[in-house]
Amino acid sequence: MSLSGRLLIIGLGNPDRGDDGVGALVIQELGGWHPPGVQLITRSGDPLALLDDWASFNAVICIDAAATEARPGRIHRIDPAIEPLPQPPLPTSSHALGLADTIELARVLGRAPPHLIVYAIEGHCFDSGAPVTPAVAAAATQVALLITTQEWPALARMPPTNG
Amino acid sequence: MSTETRNIRVDYLARVEGEGALDLHIRDGRVSSAQLRIFEPPRLFEALLRGRSHAEIPDIVARICGICPVAYQMSAVHAIEHAFGIHVAGPLRELRRLLYCGEWIESHALHVTMLHAPDFLGFDDVVQMARAHGDRVRGAIALKKAGNHLIQVLGGREIHPVSVKVGGFHRVPRRSELLPLAEELKRAQEQAIELLRWVSGFEFPDYQRDYEFVALRHPDEYPFNEGRLVSSGDIDIDIADFDREFEERHVAHSTALQARLRRRGAYLVGPLARYALNFDRLSPELQSLARDAGLGPVCRNPFQSIVVRAVELVYACTEALRIIDAYVEPEHAAVDVAPRAGVGYGCTEAPRGICWHRYQFDQDGSVVEARIVPPTSQNQPSIEADLAAVADAIIDAPDEVIRHRCEQSIRNYDPCISCATHFLNLTIHRP
Repeated sequence: MSLSGRLLIIGLGNPDRGDDGVGALVIQELGGWHPPGVQLITRSGDPLALLDDWASFNAVICIDAAATEARPGRIHRIDPAIEPLPQPPLPTSSHALGLADTIELARVLGRAPPHLIVYAIEGHCFDSGAPVTPAVAAAATQVALLITTQEWPALARMPPTNG
Repeated sequence: MSTETRNIRVDYLARVEGEGALDLHIRDGRVSSAQLRIFEPPRLFEALLRGRSHAEIPDIVARICGICPVAYQMSAVHAIEHAFGIHVAGPLRELRRLLYCGEWIESHALHVTMLHAPDFLGFDDVVQMARAHGDRVRGAIALKKAGNHLIQVLGGREIHPVSVKVGGFHRVPRRSELLPLAEELKRAQEQAIELLRWVSGFEFPDYQRDYEFVALRHPDEYPFNEGRLVSSGDIDIDIADFDREFEERHVAHSTALQARLRRRGAYLVGPLARYALNFDRLSPELQSLARDAGLGPVCRNPFQSIVVRAVELVYACTEALRIIDAYVEPEHAAVDVAPRAGVGYGCTEAPRGICWHRYQFDQDGSVVEARIVPPTSQNQPSIEADLAAVADAIIDAPDEVIRHRCEQSIRNYDPCISCATHFLNLTIHRP
């Protein structure tokens, strides 16, 4: 199966918690972009569900907010096969694994997609009901543009793989 | 024996839900105090409910917890129906039990394998454990998924289900929708039995405590939604009489109220209590599986709660299969509801223990007053007593060893601090 037919883009986070909504915002920005074989989804629940979401895809792009609050809107492009995702300084929940643990668990269990890229966008405000910070919203537009003009063409140029 | 004073502090306990910390003070070779400090800000759900319509309650209280929303919904709808004089029976009652099976399966599968098992095998977390026990983790993910599917089909979505309403459901499933779940649940049941055999082989710290167990007890069933409140002491009361035997207190080190027995203090809710008070409500096959796993009819070692949770996983899969097999589509998705002024009580068995609700309604069915007592707030005094005793037993060990054992002890409870206030720091003080 060719990669050009199988790209899943996942916007992660809770749109009702300020900058945590940046993943969903990128998906919204990509809303009018429909190349065949590309699927857009948002997820705000149990990250373990990602193992099923991406099971039939060869390429996956996840967009999530990073809670460093250092430089709102700064974009990090991470290939977990090359460098692990940074772990949050404090564990966040017992009811669900975080994205970094979920990706690492998927890799250990052989359930990670062959090509996986994570865009982490630094957020500033994660208050309930808060709007997305302007710098973070601008970063969402930029990540959407990077996906359509760089990630997708690069994936489309890659040789077909069996998946 | 050491005569020094040590203070051991665990800042942010991993693999428990919510924000909290543990302070252990050790003086003259004994634990002088163990405090579970909960500093998650109060979430004020009870105040939020005042003035709302009874019809809004199930969807609001579901938001208290991401892993046990069904418990909050079920306790709420039972309390509302009690106030309005409604009784839900037949297939609608069975569907509520089925929804609860889904919640127990996903919650227990997550806790037993992903959160608690690494403690017994010397791994820092499930990712490390998966490198050595990949098949176990795959099995747990499949088990959890079976629970998620039940919630999705019955509740409309996997997290914070939306189909529950006062009097029944907004929509009930067709029999043809439930039958495919049975195949997945049969595999889940086998995986749960395998999981039970696996965890029963773990090494457990030699520790027992004479808990006063508190759980629901039903004449015929292992309890989910209904029953009298009973204890291993002398309590056997209607859920409406909760305040006669139990009280909630504010303590300075916790933003969550702590519940106590008025006459005897700390008590225990959750799997160990449910199991001890309802062993005879398990089928002979399940009793036999429990005995093969090394359990008697009563288990007082909190570290073996992982085994009891695995028994309950098998139970939930088995019960779900029974309900699906016997399912007859109800004629109506809900019974009629006529609001009236009054007070109603609901108490159901969340995966972590009893979740008690009381609502007072105006004549139009709007909430005048709401009270919610979640399981973790009830277990706080018991957790603190366990921590003191567990740390006392290894008092001369290095702080790191005590810290690990204390974290493991807290995870015995699968606490949901978010629910109770609603993570945990452990500090050991020994100057």
